[in-house]
Amino acid sequence: MDIAEFQAYGYFASTLFLVVVLYAYIYHLYSKKKNADGIDYEQYSNMALHDDIDDTPVASIRDDKKK
Amino acid sequence: MENRPLEYDYTVTKMFMFTTILLGIVGMLIGVILAFQLAFPGVNLFLGEGLAEYTNFSRLRPLHTDAVIFGFTLSGIFATWYYVGQRVLKVSMAESKLLMFLGKLHFWLYLVTVAAVVVSLFAGVTTSKEYAEFEWPIDIAIVVVWVLFGLGIFGLIGIRREKSLYISVWYYIATFLGIAMLYLFNNMEIPTMLASAPDGSHVGGNWYHSISMYAGTNDALVQWWYGHNAVAFGFTVPIVAMIYYFLPKESGQAIYSYKLSLLSFWGLMFLYLWAGGHHLLYSTVPDWVQTMGSIFSVILILPSWGSAINMLLTMKGEWQQVAASPLIKFMILASTFYMFSTLEGPIQAIKSVNAIAHFTDWIVGHVHDGVLGWVGFMIMAALFHMAPRVFKREIYSKSLMTTQFWIQTLGVVLYFTSMWIAGITQGMMWRAHDEFGNLAYSFIDTVTVLHPYYTIRGVGGLLYLVGFLMFAYNIYKTMSARPVEESELQSASPMGA
Repeated sequence: MDIAEFQAYGYFASTLFLVVVLYAYIYHLYSKKKNADGIDYEQYSNMALHDDIDDTPVASIRDDKKK
Repeated sequence: MENRPLEYDYTVTKMFMFTTILLGIVGMLIGVILAFQLAFPGVNLFLGEGLAEYTNFSRLRPLHTDAVIFGFTLSGIFATWYYVGQRVLKVSMAESKLLMFLGKLHFWLYLVTVAAVVVSLFAGVTTSKEYAEFEWPIDIAIVVVWVLFGLGIFGLIGIRREKSLYISVWYYIATFLGIAMLYLFNNMEIPTMLASAPDGSHVGGNWYHSISMYAGTNDALVQWWYGHNAVAFGFTVPIVAMIYYFLPKESGQAIYSYKLSLLSFWGLMFLYLWAGGHHLLYSTVPDWVQTMGSIFSVILILPSWGSAINMLLTMKGEWQQVAASPLIKFMILASTFYMFSTLEGPIQAIKSVNAIAHFTDWIVGHVHDGVLGWVGFMIMAALFHMAPRVFKREIYSKSLMTTQFWIQTLGVVLYFTSMWIAGITQGMMWRAHDEFGNLAYSFIDTVTVLHPYYTIRGVGGLLYLVGFLMFAYNIYKTMSARPVEESELQSASPMGA
């Protein structure tokens, strides 16, 4: 196998790999919501909208420690 | 000490807001002088023959670029970080004496470094690497400033109440890591005092002088990997961080799609670092590097537009706010210019287009519709949004803001349209030849033809500077405007007539 052929296989494999990673990430973003302890990513927008120091955190770090 | 309720502490934010405005004025003023020097060479001597050394184009040019990049923009990034960071992590700087100390140290050391940069560049001390002109002692100071910024970011994250990191924080972290890596690698240099001649004798020279560790084509490759990604991690990533916070906050609208913001983030991170090769098309770097630079530049449209469209769609159903609020106008125009320049850039990176565009004023036009339209507008909008909250006063004048908006928009439009025409004219004239391959024009022919467009560019830049001075005045007067209640600051910023 000369270098050009090697590059071509490498190119194809890496493209395929990246496409899989990309779609897996999109799938992850949408499917996580449906799990038992699922996360709706859209609620994270509230971190900016309700950002006063007295506002309740979207997900408190303290609650996490209690678990 | 009495038991006061906890509040966000904006001390460091205010400090950096001050340098954002001050260095913005410096950078833009020098830019306007440079623009008129190109149109009217006599302006090179505007302070007389005796001071010509300090007023000529070549001495002032790095001061313009560095004041805008490392002065205005970086200060804006720092100011917004110390504001946004506290709020989205729901933790106050006042809660940690150490972080407060580091934040103030960050500011003062930054100011000292800026002073050193201004003095050394005016004195003509330079490494001659574009956007990396600083000699090694200043480079070391910059690294320390940057480490302090990083300690501020990760320190605040360390004591946060909010478990997840808001999308803007991701972008700020990327800014920190990206610039750290780029700056270190591009500025690898050896002080000449450590070097010796081939015969073993000491070379000497000034103590601050250094030479790059890279030479020739390698130097070009590293330089443009740095140069283009300085645009990525200085002019794009942190500005996206700002708009993802300030636009939803000011409009009271949730981000249209938070998932899209995450997807665009990773897309931008993956693609941007490979695009720098487009600065070296038709040069001595390997052909595959050039092709890769072109391809990655074109694909970059996807994550860039992902962010920009996400911002425009955030205003879905709320477009009356754009008409009603000059602050929203600034941000929507910024987002629109972001879309525009991230389409223009990839077009210029296509090899056949680049054959005409390379080395012409079209490139200068591209940089400026990005920086004036996107970076400048977004940083000013961020300061306008923060001012009522950090000073607890309404913005001094809404009508002044609106006037500023239209003056500056006109300025940007004059700037990029004149540079389009000038650039394409240059590109075509340089390439024109007769049937035997003799060039049709000499260089001076292009200079004559371009003169009116250079004048228009100067006027465009001047309008933008005038608008910026109005902005500075408005923020200054805000400090003594009508005080406001906490309840007035929920989303839309209070503005005086």
